Amino acid sequence: MATAETFAQYDAQIQALIAEVETITPPVATIGRRSFLKLAGFAGGGLVLAFYLDTRPVRAEEVAANETTLNAFVRIAPDNTVTVYSKGPEIGQGIKTAFGLIIAEELDADWKTVKVDQAPIKPKVYGYQGAGGSTSIPRGWDQLRQAGATARAMLIASAAKQWNVPVSECTAADSFVIHKPSGRKLTYGSLAKAAADQPVPDVAKVPLKTRAEYKLLGKRFTGVDNAKVVTGQPLFGIDVKLPGMLYANYTKCPAVGGKVKSANLDEIKKLPGIVDAFVLDGTGNPLEVMPGVAIIAKTTWDAFKAKAALKVEWDESAASKDSLTAAATKAKELGPKLPEPETNVGDVDAAFASGAKVVEVAYDYAMVSHQQLEPQNSTAWWHDGTVELWTPSQQSDRGLTMLVNMLKLPEEKIIIHQTRAGGGFGRRLMNDYLCEAAAIAQKVNAPVKLQWKREDDFAHDFFRAGGYHFLKGAVKDGKLTAFQNHLVSFSADGKRPVSGGGRSNNSFPTDIAPNVRYGVTLMPLQTPCGPWRAPTDNVQMFVIGSFLHELSVAAQCDHVEFLLDWFKRPLAKPASVPQGPPPDLSRTFNPARASGVLKLAAEKSGWGKKLPAGTGLGIAFGFSYGGHIAEAVELSVDASKHVTVHKITVVGDIGPIINMSSAENQAQGGAIDALSTAMGLEIGVEQGRVQQSNFGEYPILKMSSAPPVEVHFIQSDFRPAGLGEPCVPPLAAALGNAIFAATGDRVRTMPFKRSGYSI
Amino acid sequence: MSFQLNINRKPQTVEAADDTPLLWVLRDVLDMKGTKYGCGIGMCGACTVLMDGKAVRSCLTPVSAVTGSITTIEGLAEDGKLHPLQQAWIDLDVAQCGYCQGGQILSAVSLLAQHPKPTDAEIEQGMTNICRCATYNRIRAAVHQAAGQATGQVTGTQS
Repeated sequence: MATAETFAQYDAQIQALIAEVETITPPVATIGRRSFLKLAGFAGGGLVLAFYLDTRPVRAEEVAANETTLNAFVRIAPDNTVTVYSKGPEIGQGIKTAFGLIIAEELDADWKTVKVDQAPIKPKVYGYQGAGGSTSIPRGWDQLRQAGATARAMLIASAAKQWNVPVSECTAADSFVIHKPSGRKLTYGSLAKAAADQPVPDVAKVPLKTRAEYKLLGKRFTGVDNAKVVTGQPLFGIDVKLPGMLYANYTKCPAVGGKVKSANLDEIKKLPGIVDAFVLDGTGNPLEVMPGVAIIAKTTWDAFKAKAALKVEWDESAASKDSLTAAATKAKELGPKLPEPETNVGDVDAAFASGAKVVEVAYDYAMVSHQQLEPQNSTAWWHDGTVELWTPSQQSDRGLTMLVNMLKLPEEKIIIHQTRAGGGFGRRLMNDYLCEAAAIAQKVNAPVKLQWKREDDFAHDFFRAGGYHFLKGAVKDGKLTAFQNHLVSFSADGKRPVSGGGRSNNSFPTDIAPNVRYGVTLMPLQTPCGPWRAPTDNVQMFVIGSFLHELSVAAQCDHVEFLLDWFKRPLAKPASVPQGPPPDLSRTFNPARASGVLKLAAEKSGWGKKLPAGTGLGIAFGFSYGGHIAEAVELSVDASKHVTVHKITVVGDIGPIINMSSAENQAQGGAIDALSTAMGLEIGVEQGRVQQSNFGEYPILKMSSAPPVEVHFIQSDFRPAGLGEPCVPPLAAALGNAIFAATGDRVRTMPFKRSGYSI
Repeated sequence: MSFQLNINRKPQTVEAADDTPLLWVLRDVLDMKGTKYGCGIGMCGACTVLMDGKAVRSCLTPVSAVTGSITTIEGLAEDGKLHPLQQAWIDLDVAQCGYCQGGQILSAVSLLAQHPKPTDAEIEQGMTNICRCATYNRIRAAVHQAAGQATGQVTGTQS
């Protein structure tokens, strides 16, 4: 396939990836069947239950016919240990600990005996193995609980048989089965073998605990790998070391799409520690391997030093010429020209003309980068007709599919080991570094670790796209009556917004007002874009959350009262009854849950209190990835526009909390990440080249600017949402609303440093 | 060239070019992976080690400039007993991805050597490492706890 053609397809591939990551249908609760739990044989014995942990639309009959779709395991060993296989990667979101806790709760296991192992990358067995869209917990919640409860029932049944007493006289706690009348006890380990001879009960008949009965869930637990983290154990992709391993760096054209015309390979090969240097043509797809120069060295430092001496002449005839400053000018020209709307509900013009207060303003936000702290890397080793890889990818199963296509190898010849990842934030849903490692190592007769420099991570990200919103809203009698949004965004294929850059139905619901008009104009962009923590919501909620405040100010309403009233607007009804299972209510906007978190955030932040001059309190709500989140920011602004954030309040309703410690940590981190990004982070692109190359020009917020973040959860009996993403989106609007409250100045562009604010 | 180093209370002889940053000597020559590469320009602090008890950025410290005893995160615990900061990091569940935390802990060791009972302002001034997951609230609390002070952590509630 021609390079240009392939290149045009990459964005469509990312869009498909995002759809796969974010889709949770049908609701897992509706697919529980007896056949989803089976006894499995494992070396070492004990009670081993296999179950189906996924939400792809697989019918129960298919699963019954094909046992390999049972993709998760829990094992109770004779030594009393409980092992859970986690099929998804740990990227800092805490799922390894959470998966173990959910099983242990229903199993009534002693938490100290539970360990969580990383499953190998085998999508044929494990199904989806990514971590994205805050879906790991909602995907696994029902099956993990069922597996724990079923194993518990089998252990009890086996003890009752041994004691020759009715099952109803027995209970379980802390990895013991207890005969209540006599006080006799047996450990799970001693029962594990006999329990495996018990029939697997019907999942539907095994009772699950109510929230009030939880002993573990909702309490604080330290992460299962923390002892390894604080002693510097080699957990990450970058830490992989194999005998005889060589080190590589790969240099691509700084303007995406450029090809290697010539390079000083002979000079490079003569440098100390250099084993080889060669050109790869690549596949022309930024998701796989773009053209570039590989340097193979004895150490990472040798490779990095040689890279500094590398001179490449690029053929940039097909390379990106993107200029974001030119795009900004163009967007402002396009803004007033609303195209044929893709949504047009009610009569927007009549509402604007009806004597309502009308506010017409423009918002925009910059392109930003992920910059997870562990720079991209993967290790590849071609041996014995196979290629074996180690990677900190967020979605290695997708990486496997890409390697099958790229290398023309059967799936069983590609072995991928999942390592812990030093951050993901959406960047590692892409597997370009994995594909590069495989392609480079194919030419080297040794294991090779590809190590990007930080500068490579800046030059070759899949960025969060910038965007421009031209808004018009009307308020009458304290209510939002009309809303018009013209989004000027970017497109890779000329047909739809770049991935992560389009519309969000969460932050821009079509039922935002009785009269709504929404139009999109697209500008071409070649710079790769992709999902960034809470894609689309993370920017659109800044725009919507700030604009709603502008409207409540125009209407002279209290903003909390205005939002509470807005939540009660009639929800849009689907045009026709959809086929298939009923919608998952736990992932649907719920006015009662929204009001609950907003009221508590108002209370905890002291909404309405008197504040000194120059100090302001802002509040915003966001519904994102199944989480209902309200955030309040209290700050002061000095004469030179320096912002001191005194406190952030986060209130979330994500259903029941699994690990309070981890949940609070995610909420604090999400809010501060959003603060950091909103205040000071921006990627520029000129002549197709990313203008920032390291943290000096991309000042990720440090301790000295990190405010205290107070976190509260309203726990509910909805199935839980994940928490990697939902706490990011509302923060920027709360921040802007607080600056307005403190100064009267409305910030309509991100990062806020563009308006002269610093933190 | 050959260099005599003292790392985690053990003498080591390493062969490396004299401009090789200590970071890469530790990681690639000595196979000690606890010290992390983050930016290579001394901005992020993931590569922090202690030289005679003081935090230095090992990515900017050529092996030829190593003049004192080096402690890495692997050597902070002695005789199997965790340093109070490591224990506080576990107790307060500080880490998310965990990549920066070895460097954070060593920066905190250096800070506490200077300020055994640090104020928030001293912590902010002394701790300049980036945590991309933004676990700063927890880091601050863990430093206070290890210093034997009230953590001052803003804690959540459950309703």
